[in-house]
Amino acid sequence: MTTGTGTKPRYQGKRNRLDRPELLAPAGNLEKLKFAIHYGADAVYIGGQKYGLRSNADNFSFEEMREGVEFANRYGAKVFVATNIYAHNEDVEGIEEYLRNLEAAGISAIIAADPVIIETAQRVAPKLEVHLSTQQSTMNWQAVKFWKDEGLPRVVLARETSFEEIEEIKKHVDIEIEAFIHGAMCSSYSGRCVLSNHFTDRDSNRGGCCQSCRWKYDLFVDDAPMYDKGEDQFTMGSKDLCMIDYLPELIEVGVDSFKIEGRMKSIHYVATVVNVYRQAIDAYFADPEGYELKQQWVEEMNKAANRPLNTGFFLDTPDAQDHIYGPEEKAAPYDFAGIVLDYDDRTGFATLQQRNHFKVGQEVEFVGPGGRFFKQTVTELTDEAGAILDVARHPLQTVRVRTLKPVKPMDMMRKKIR
Amino acid sequence: MTYRPELLATASSLEELNRLMDAGADACYIGESRYGTRLSGEFTREMIKEAVSLAQAKGVRIYAAVNNIIDNDTLEGLHDYIAFLHEAGVDAIVFGDPAVLMAARAHAPGMPLHWNTEMTSTNFATAEYWARRGATRYVLARELNMEQIEDTKSKSKLEIQVQVHGMTNIYHSKRSLVNNYLDHKGEPDRIPNADLERGLYMMEADRPDERYPIFEDVNGTHVMSSSDICMLENLHELLAVSVDSFKIEGIMKSIEYNEQVVRVYRLAIDAYLADPEGYRFQEEWLDSIRELQDPKRELSYGFFYKEQVY
Repeated sequence: MTTGTGTKPRYQGKRNRLDRPELLAPAGNLEKLKFAIHYGADAVYIGGQKYGLRSNADNFSFEEMREGVEFANRYGAKVFVATNIYAHNEDVEGIEEYLRNLEAAGISAIIAADPVIIETAQRVAPKLEVHLSTQQSTMNWQAVKFWKDEGLPRVVLARETSFEEIEEIKKHVDIEIEAFIHGAMCSSYSGRCVLSNHFTDRDSNRGGCCQSCRWKYDLFVDDAPMYDKGEDQFTMGSKDLCMIDYLPELIEVGVDSFKIEGRMKSIHYVATVVNVYRQAIDAYFADPEGYELKQQWVEEMNKAANRPLNTGFFLDTPDAQDHIYGPEEKAAPYDFAGIVLDYDDRTGFATLQQRNHFKVGQEVEFVGPGGRFFKQTVTELTDEAGAILDVARHPLQTVRVRTLKPVKPMDMMRKKIR
Repeated sequence: MTYRPELLATASSLEELNRLMDAGADACYIGESRYGTRLSGEFTREMIKEAVSLAQAKGVRIYAAVNNIIDNDTLEGLHDYIAFLHEAGVDAIVFGDPAVLMAARAHAPGMPLHWNTEMTSTNFATAEYWARRGATRYVLARELNMEQIEDTKSKSKLEIQVQVHGMTNIYHSKRSLVNNYLDHKGEPDRIPNADLERGLYMMEADRPDERYPIFEDVNGTHVMSSSDICMLENLHELLAVSVDSFKIEGIMKSIEYNEQVVRVYRLAIDAYLADPEGYRFQEEWLDSIRELQDPKRELSYGFFYKEQVY
């Protein structure tokens, strides 16, 4: 089994970087934050109530941010806040207060695209680091140097930047470079798309994106259709990024922060993806020469995948293989089914919070941080009080399942769906 | 100081430049597509020099488009190009990428700089940020409405440029999306090039009346708006708030069309300036554009009177 992404000619560039990169994960809410960090993220990025690009996400209150920061501190992890909109005049008032509140909540950094937010943070909340968002579509080293000279410690590059270009940038500018290594991608230059504004009057650069690039379109040339009946329609929708096959190259070229996309994604998705990259990064640093991609990681990654995967612009410019023509089908044949709350050594029963319908006789998998993993069939299932059940049908219901091996709180249970 | 707004038009060739100047343009926007995005035509360096000399003779300004998203490979040529533009005597450089700002500081001291990142130039405070770093003009995003334009003008000391006519870009990708699609269908030779002359457009099932032009060039794939902005009828609203520059975007239009558009906007501006109180919009101005307008493309107010949500 492969992710399908490892077939391109490998990058043969600079191979001497050994500083340990940061693994940066998305967290759409407090629970996801805890799972991302528990599964190995060095830092998470979240959205607050304002100035972020995911207006449909749960998004954190300042109180939740404080709780998130407290949780992160226990693991030595950091919390960043995405303030990555392009502000309109009416958004400008209020930026100061918002940024001061972030600083007071213990947030380590903001991710910003709009200079008004960057400059205001530097002025009123100096303890907040400012990281330049990918929404600025920064691809060249002189622009990176400009932002360094402006006092920014980190730039998130455009997703269009290749390994060679990253190497060139690192060669010229001593600055932290963050790159997206996993998840869904804009097929446009980030920020340079107002399809949502035109189709639905929703402002994409203030969080209203309705993903019109993934819609299907008919193409015409001089009024003649460029498709025959029954053929796939035109789309701009991209496959999702997955760089697990090229992890040594990412480390050696000197990317300082490995960013996973997906503030709207599930706990199961985030924890699974973080878990795999965490193990791979740790394995590399334990033995760079002997590092090998493990099949188990690839299999795990595929169990969380929402779409077919590719390598974006790292190795070459995406071509016909890198888009999703035809119907979009969920790629992973697994569904998240429960979270372990507790485990009783004496009885061998795990207490679970149900996250999806599952039943006796069903094949399930238990997964924990560091790659702990086993499969079993659900044989014994009870409710909280011990009454025997044949199915766990209620959302968030507390149930007990006999497990083949010991499990720990925050381990996940997933079920096979096909 | 007397209010003298500028009428700015895009030129695709020296011929169009001449005709637009004669039709009443105060300034023209040109460039090389290696450095400028979505130009209506390509100007070589020789042509740029000639354009400057033609324009100077008529008291018209030439603005050079250097507003691409710049990659490492383009940097070296960029510095040389900026030095050339300075030497050639263009009147301003239009930039989006900070690398261009830095190159202009190094090779074109004193050159007026117009900040234009298209859809992301959305607030006065960020305009002021770029002003403190050398920008002299703020080119407003076309997705702003009248209220936001007025507010920006009242809060900014910068020159304010607003597009009042023509199509706008709504999506820019580095990918070759049309050719990728044809490759996917196994017919890569059907459209050897998908450039802006080819008349390609895309349509979405729920919006059968809207045709979105799409083309590919050295900078990737571009999708354009399905209607053309036309603010002629309400130009006095923008004149009343002293917008400094009115841009007519001529991409994917004939010279005849652009010439007529420039001509009637010139009439409207001059009529307003001669007598702001007594100014009346003349329906025949608009009729003369309608006669040349592609019947499948609506003339619209763009986002001028829209509220957006998010």
